[in-house]
Amino acid sequence: MADTKIVAPQEGPGTRFWNWLTETQVWTSVFRHGRPDSDRNRVLVVLSNVFLHLHPVRLRKSGVKLRYTWCMGGLSFFLFLVLTFTGLLLMFYYRPTLEYAYTDIVGLREHVPLGIMREIHRWGAHAMVITVWLHMFRVFMTGSYKPPREFNWSVGVVMLVLTLLLSFTGYLLPWDQLAIWAITVGSNMARATPFLGYEGPGAQLLRLGDVPLIHAYDDARFALLGGSFVGEGALLRFYVLHCVGLPLGIAVLMAVHFWRIRKDGGISGPL
Amino acid sequence: MPDLAGKTTSLASAGGAAAAKPAATVAAKTAARAPDDASPLLTRRAWMGLAWGTFSAASAAALAATGRFMFPNVLNEPPQQFKAGFPNEYGMGVDERWKEKFGIWLVRVPDDIEQHASGFYALFTICTHLGCTPNYLSAENKFKCPCHGSGYRVTGVNFEGPAPRPLERARVALADDGQILVDKSRKFQFELGQWKDPDSFLKA
Repeated sequence: MADTKIVAPQEGPGTRFWNWLTETQVWTSVFRHGRPDSDRNRVLVVLSNVFLHLHPVRLRKSGVKLRYTWCMGGLSFFLFLVLTFTGLLLMFYYRPTLEYAYTDIVGLREHVPLGIMREIHRWGAHAMVITVWLHMFRVFMTGSYKPPREFNWSVGVVMLVLTLLLSFTGYLLPWDQLAIWAITVGSNMARATPFLGYEGPGAQLLRLGDVPLIHAYDDARFALLGGSFVGEGALLRFYVLHCVGLPLGIAVLMAVHFWRIRKDGGISGPL
Repeated sequence: MPDLAGKTTSLASAGGAAAAKPAATVAAKTAARAPDDASPLLTRRAWMGLAWGTFSAASAAALAATGRFMFPNVLNEPPQQFKAGFPNEYGMGVDERWKEKFGIWLVRVPDDIEQHASGFYALFTICTHLGCTPNYLSAENKFKCPCHGSGYRVTGVNFEGPAPRPLERARVALADDGQILVDKSRKFQFELGQWKDPDSFLKA
């Protein structure tokens, strides 16, 4: 690793301030490496930073080519951050009850400054579903699912499902006719879960004598809805899943996903 | 419990069923012990096995209890049975007064297609396609689902759209006080021949 030749900057007030700042105890307690004036220190900038250390210290040229990666993975992550932030803001106004849910959604547009916050969240969600699909398409077309990246592909598939579940659970929260019936239709699929849905294959086998163990009040659909139809239980469960459960799950998998990219030989490209 | 040669330790008894395997190992070793062997009855390895077994069992129980947590014992849902008033309060045709609260159309007909008698039947307001609530269109005398366009005759039999089978009927009976009793916990499906069941129809 040859040291890059550094041309010393002209001494000026800015440089003197920078030199002073980077020698203060506060600065040196946060950044445990010298100024990024050598290859070694530039590596340390990345390695000693919790946010940057998921990145590789070096990457190949193709990794930053837009036409090669489409930046769809990065855009998906960016949209996730946007959705987390706008979603947090929406939570300050939205109450997941039959009485308030719909009027709070209307109020977010009519009674709150920057009334497009909910629209940013909704359109961002649609965009994230699209970018996640395109990311998957790109990874497929560049063959980046092949060994040694097959585990990361699988992690990605789980995150795709979580993205769709986030989209699905968020769809109910406005509590308008579209939401209620879309979730009614969607959650009816859970009736057909093998063994765990009361209309699913195998569910009839799970019985004690005449007593069915799997019925409309204890099957997979019931666990999802917290009731036998899309009502207050479903609204609350979907809200909790949408705001806490699923985002936590996908955040953990994202950490694994990004880390594995580096461990599996860097961002897409021949190995 | 496996035979511990009379030397049941408190750890072994606390292990329970999950600790059966390590305890069995202990028993095997105990049987082969020389009378003057002073080495510990429970080896470090066996103790760890017991500890992990106990921990795993406790974790599994906690996980099961957490799963059970998602199924409440009491539901704030409308009851499955309700009294719908006296038969003479109803005219011929579809009555929509119970649709909102109980999800039931009470229909009075002069001659039912299966029972061949005059009386009442109760139709679930759940589309058999994907579970939306159809609307009753009185001008066309049919049920029409707004989600995907399934249509049903007043009898409940489907005739248009994607619905794969007729609407389901609920049990109807006469209560002791003479009112109509609708019992949603029993369903009758046309395609299974269940509309012939006398419980699915109230002759009046």
